[in-house]
Amino acid sequence: MANDTKFRNRQFKSVGTRPPRPDGLDKVTGRAKFGADTFAPGQLIGLVLRSPHAHAEIKRIDTSKAEKLNGVKAVITSKDLPDLTNGDRDLYDTLENCMARDRALYDGHAVAAVAAIDAPTARKALKLIRVTYKLLPHVTDVDEAMKPNAPLVQPRVYTRGVSPKPKSPSNVAKVSEFGHGDVEAGFKAADVVVEKSYKTEQAHQGYIEPHACLASVGPDGHGELWVTTQGHFIYRNTCASLLGMEVAKLKVTSSEIGGGFGGKTHVWMEPIALALSRKANRPVKLEMTRDEVFRSTGPTSSTSIDVKIGVKKNGKITAASAHLRYQDGAFPGIWAMLGAMTAYACYDLKNVKTVGYDVLVNRPKVAAYRAPSAPMAAFAIESTINEVAAEIGMDPVDFRIKNAAKEGTKSSYGPTYGPIGIGPTLAAVKKHPHMRAKLEKNQGRGMACGFWFNFGGETCTDLNIGVDGTVTLTVGTIDVGGARASLSLIAAEELGIPYESVKCNITDTGSLGHNDMTDGSRGTFSSGMSTIFAARNAIEELCQRAADTWEISVKDVVWDDGKATAKGKKHKKLKPLSLDELAGGSPNTGGPIAGHSQIVADGAGVSFASHICDIEVDPETSATKVVRYTVVQDAGKAIHPDYVEGQFQGGAAQGIGWALNEEYIYDENGRLQNPGFLDYRVPVCSDLPFIDTQILEIPNPNHPYGIRGVGETSIVPPLAAIGNALSDVAGVRMTHVPMSPPRIRKAIKENQA
Amino acid sequence: MAGTFVSTKINGDQTEFVCQAGETLLEVLRNRLGLTGSKEGCGTGDCGACSVTLDGRLVCSCLVLGVEAQGRKVNTIEGLADGDALHPLQSNFIKHAALQCGICTPGFLIASKALLDRNPNPTDEEIRFALAGNLCRCTGYDKIVRAVKATAKDLRKK
Amino acid sequence: MKYQTPSTTKEAAVLIKRERGKAFVLAGGTDLMVRMKTGLTEPDLVVDIKHIPAMQSIKKSATGFRIGAAVSAAEMGENAPLKKAWPGVVESANLIGSDQIQNRCTVAGNLCNASPAADAVPALIAAGAKANVVGPQRRRTVSVEKVITGPGTTSLAKGEVVEAITLPKRPPKSGDAYLRFIPRSEMDIAVVGVGVSLTLGNNSVIKSARVALGAVAPTPLLVSAAGKAIVGTKLDKAALNKLAEACSAACNPIDDKRGTVEFRTEVAGVLAQRAAKIAYKRAGGK
Repeated sequence: MANDTKFRNRQFKSVGTRPPRPDGLDKVTGRAKFGADTFAPGQLIGLVLRSPHAHAEIKRIDTSKAEKLNGVKAVITSKDLPDLTNGDRDLYDTLENCMARDRALYDGHAVAAVAAIDAPTARKALKLIRVTYKLLPHVTDVDEAMKPNAPLVQPRVYTRGVSPKPKSPSNVAKVSEFGHGDVEAGFKAADVVVEKSYKTEQAHQGYIEPHACLASVGPDGHGELWVTTQGHFIYRNTCASLLGMEVAKLKVTSSEIGGGFGGKTHVWMEPIALALSRKANRPVKLEMTRDEVFRSTGPTSSTSIDVKIGVKKNGKITAASAHLRYQDGAFPGIWAMLGAMTAYACYDLKNVKTVGYDVLVNRPKVAAYRAPSAPMAAFAIESTINEVAAEIGMDPVDFRIKNAAKEGTKSSYGPTYGPIGIGPTLAAVKKHPHMRAKLEKNQGRGMACGFWFNFGGETCTDLNIGVDGTVTLTVGTIDVGGARASLSLIAAEELGIPYESVKCNITDTGSLGHNDMTDGSRGTFSSGMSTIFAARNAIEELCQRAADTWEISVKDVVWDDGKATAKGKKHKKLKPLSLDELAGGSPNTGGPIAGHSQIVADGAGVSFASHICDIEVDPETSATKVVRYTVVQDAGKAIHPDYVEGQFQGGAAQGIGWALNEEYIYDENGRLQNPGFLDYRVPVCSDLPFIDTQILEIPNPNHPYGIRGVGETSIVPPLAAIGNALSDVAGVRMTHVPMSPPRIRKAIKENQA
Repeated sequence: MAGTFVSTKINGDQTEFVCQAGETLLEVLRNRLGLTGSKEGCGTGDCGACSVTLDGRLVCSCLVLGVEAQGRKVNTIEGLADGDALHPLQSNFIKHAALQCGICTPGFLIASKALLDRNPNPTDEEIRFALAGNLCRCTGYDKIVRAVKATAKDLRKK
Repeated sequence: MKYQTPSTTKEAAVLIKRERGKAFVLAGGTDLMVRMKTGLTEPDLVVDIKHIPAMQSIKKSATGFRIGAAVSAAEMGENAPLKKAWPGVVESANLIGSDQIQNRCTVAGNLCNASPAADAVPALIAAGAKANVVGPQRRRTVSVEKVITGPGTTSLAKGEVVEAITLPKRPPKSGDAYLRFIPRSEMDIAVVGVGVSLTLGNNSVIKSARVALGAVAPTPLLVSAAGKAIVGTKLDKAALNKLAEACSAACNPIDDKRGTVEFRTEVAGVLAQRAAKIAYKRAGGK
């Protein structure tokens, strides 16, 4: 019963309320400590030298002058990071990405690093390092990279997922296929078939806090790392493996994280900091500049997608297919695979086939960005869905409702759905006042749907009850969006005590068992579940203490509303014992009272959303402004509604920026032209309207509270919602994201011609 | 290169430090004075996370030299609260959930205060343009604007 | 790096002339500090001009306005008489960046940084503004359109410092305006910038006009043909079309991370029409 994951419908007392978050005070006073906010006595400043070339052989690195500079305490190259990966391909990729070995693979690829007594000395030292490069031909475009005579990015990579196994290496790292039924037959049976191709440019998560860490490693193999990260346990494992350290001897403490969105689930320069510290035998502080964040961390893929949808005049889709080509940067990933999985997830299709191509190019190693790979696929599919609806003269919302997935639908990526929110969000959109609001001159309206899986994963939680009855909840899942508040609410709910009596701490890797990183919207889902089980575990102990105090059988004790009660007529005279009382008496009843949970959280629910967007376009300049935006999304159960709304709004804003202006711009030499916030244009405050939100709650049957992860889905619909709104106002189908004014202008003029 | 001795007032307190001529005020605040509330998000004046006021004027401290603080008054996030009494902006940011990760929050609070000091009754548009120099990637700005509006109302009542 | 705070313009000029290494003027720092951070510029000497009285104020006189080189764009926006006489010049200065930037940046700095897309320059050119330049030996006055010679380069000799920007006396029935195209609503470098200044004669007919373009050529441009196109008209449709054509014809832009050639060329014409209409209205034209 204690570890029962089944959803049970109940009235909540704490869950669903909106108390202030526990980390709020520190964050509004400047006291909260982020990655760059700590200092160690005797610390050195680390800086990284990076390749300015997209693809080059590293013939020689002469560090002698840098080493001799006064104040320089360590200089490293890949020689100081020997290959200990033991055949683990993914780990070797991480090693090579941390620091180039024989070739620089993208503009920004690390080639050497220094640690010195201060930043000016470190900068001087970097300038004294002489790298001899031999330039190689490069490729940065995903379609170009697939051509037969494209420059080869990784000679050790052979295409996976094709039969027979290929004999020569390729830039196509992986081919993945999903679907069921017979699309050929389905297209033949269609009355109308629409085929369209789309391109999306590369975007970055754009977190305001650059990566930063403070590493301290001693010659005894013990080390500490303070770092901004979404997964300090993962970072510990990876860094220990790369440096040949023992996992238990590397203690990683996570700072507050200044945004991650998936970009801080992977190590970038942390192993370098540790290697510098080990060589210098002093703490090394390493902060990335904004320029380095754009060039040398993990943006999302740029893509090229072909979509084909066949439909009957009555609006039923008969077949749907997609070819999705995603670039992974210079190292293989699963990004096209994820795109192929999510593309048609919103729909109930008899015949569907998606094929994903993961392609290597001379760009940084792609990392996850909030519902990774889904926004681009959704842009392509949801734009085409509108085209198809228009061809048969059907309203785009009604068309989606007619084809929406529901409980029992076999998804396009395999599993069969339980109760899901796509239908409800579409119904809610149809009824929403936004759909009936008057549009002004030069304004248009569009809507689109989105989907994201949620993940479970390894989670470990401690719950300790203090002698005054207040509760310490110790978790290992990083708080990216208010998790400490939500988890405190959950603990308070289970124990039946006030929210204010719970303090949630995120602890270091030395104090708790392994916790997977905060990604896949798993934070509240997994840690929430683990918190519930830890609380129930503590309740078992509390009931035992009550039973011992009363000298009755523990079978006769129930926990309700923060108290242990003896049930049954024979125990009528026994007054209930509150948590405070039991805590106070704990030194005499057996010592500290605690609960623990370690699980692999399973049964994560999927989360669907539908968005509505009104856009205004200047008819002469194509200047574009979002004037109204509504997010409707299924949260399963909103533990803290303010933070659920915040996730909806934040994801939508990122999607809007990506749809309108955000893109990586490379020149013909493969150099990134806009590695800064001036020309990588994220939305500013005056770009956006208020973002309305509607939280739907279709409980996840596999979670005690019905929680679904909410953090990611909201970035999925905006690209297509805006594309569809532009189609409405300007009469053009935009097929290239971002849909910036010069592109819109060009499309309008081509349409007029 | 010998450093320069600077005498200034930070959050009302007389402060002295030595720095190199090329150091920014942000670097001095964080690395020499331990005032890490102001953040470096970009170092080039595009994100506003380093916002402070200099003689009452809102500026990016990453674009001011440390030596320029000589004889002037600097106010940072650490000086916004009055002892244990939060400024209404700070309480409203918490109350309206106007922060998620919190890295941009100090910059927004300083910029919002600068706005309300010169314009006690701003329209939504005025708030949005006044805060255009502060980037937030988590919230979509919605709850930030609401928190500033609510504070303007609270301050006008006083 | 050395840092100096001279108290006269001449002192500043001498310091810069004498410096063997690389010397730079520091006004608002909103360009210089960025170049220092990105490593593009490594000054040996920085001369802070904000302590020079001759550069610190806005003065109105019978001959027009004198804006000291250390005056911030925010201060210009707070000067009611300046705003009244030259709303276009002031609004262009107030478009440079965020409030944080506004409190530091200067139009003199914007001019001397010599970006083709400098926001403050087209309206100053249209206004017929001049720069008072002080060197170690002599002073001179130069039209603003003659200062920028190419991206990042000016006609100033080493040791010459801009002490002030002057605007001529404003005849009655005059108006000016500045418009720019940016993809977001704020914080972007102009993709196109247009400054228009005009004076009306009798019956709301335009007596004189100057039109300047930014971000569409290696330097900001004074487009005489554009000004001529609207002189003698009441900004009827034909005149506006000629204006747009003249502006598009004068464009010599590049494809870059901010815009394409065709986009800039077309939008220059559109914005010129809109700016002219605003200036016309401000001049009292009906």
